[in-house]
Amino acid sequence: MLQQIIFYALAALTVGSAAFTAFSRNIVHSTFALLGAFMGVVGIYVLLAADFVAMVQLLVYVGGILVVTIFAVMLTQGIADVTVSNREVGVIPALATSVIGVAVMLYAVIRTPWHQTPVPAAAPTTYAIGNAFLGDYVLPFEVASLVLLAALIGAIVISRHEAKE
Amino acid sequence: MGGGITLYHFLVLSLIIFGLGMYCVLSRRNAIGILMGVELILNSANINYLAFDFYGGGGKAVTGAVTYHYDGQIFAIFVIMLAAAEAVIGLAVVLAIYQNFKTIDVSATETMSG
Repeated sequence: MLQQIIFYALAALTVGSAAFTAFSRNIVHSTFALLGAFMGVVGIYVLLAADFVAMVQLLVYVGGILVVTIFAVMLTQGIADVTVSNREVGVIPALATSVIGVAVMLYAVIRTPWHQTPVPAAAPTTYAIGNAFLGDYVLPFEVASLVLLAALIGAIVISRHEAKE
Repeated sequence: MGGGITLYHFLVLSLIIFGLGMYCVLSRRNAIGILMGVELILNSANINYLAFDFYGGGGKAVTGAVTYHYDGQIFAIFVIMLAAAEAVIGLAVVLAIYQNFKTIDVSATETMSG
């Protein structure tokens, strides 16, 4: 019962914030609503017994991506004019595509007999994840560090001013 | 998990978030708004990974003792890492576009259309 209440509260927070992000006509309001969506998703992760992933989500999304997004909004938008900064066009086709896609996938989700195993008892996952990263997943782990290095260099190259000679 | 919350609850929740993210990507003309929609979609994918990890293939019985491998959680961490890289590159591109066009409205930046 308690878990049901917590799940529906987190789901309401996540879906409400995501809807505000998707439908708000002000880009600054959209960005701050994204905070609620990310926090709700963190709670959902905890509910799924993924403590380490939840903390990674909190650090990377809320502490990193959201701050960078807010920086980009502040740098590109005149904050003084907070009128219609998040224009939307083609609302009807976008809405129709989203609704049809979601309806098809909802049908698939409901009708599929998913393979389910008994739910594990919630236990700390960090030890097993660390072992997996340096064991079975060591190659993807190293490739991931290369991807991050490339992203770092790429971001610097793209966004810096070229010195005019 | 007791309390009547099943795998289907989480799948439907992630589906709703995916739909909102897809609407955001399709309808926005602000490049940063589009990136926010992509973040929502990646979050919904991560909820699916963790839900399947929790309810589905986590347990692998090895000679009586059940060990859990957390494959879904590891994939979720990779998705978060790629989302961070995507956000950094995407926003750097947006700032470069802003320097050139003085706007980030994607329907105004059509110099390359024939």
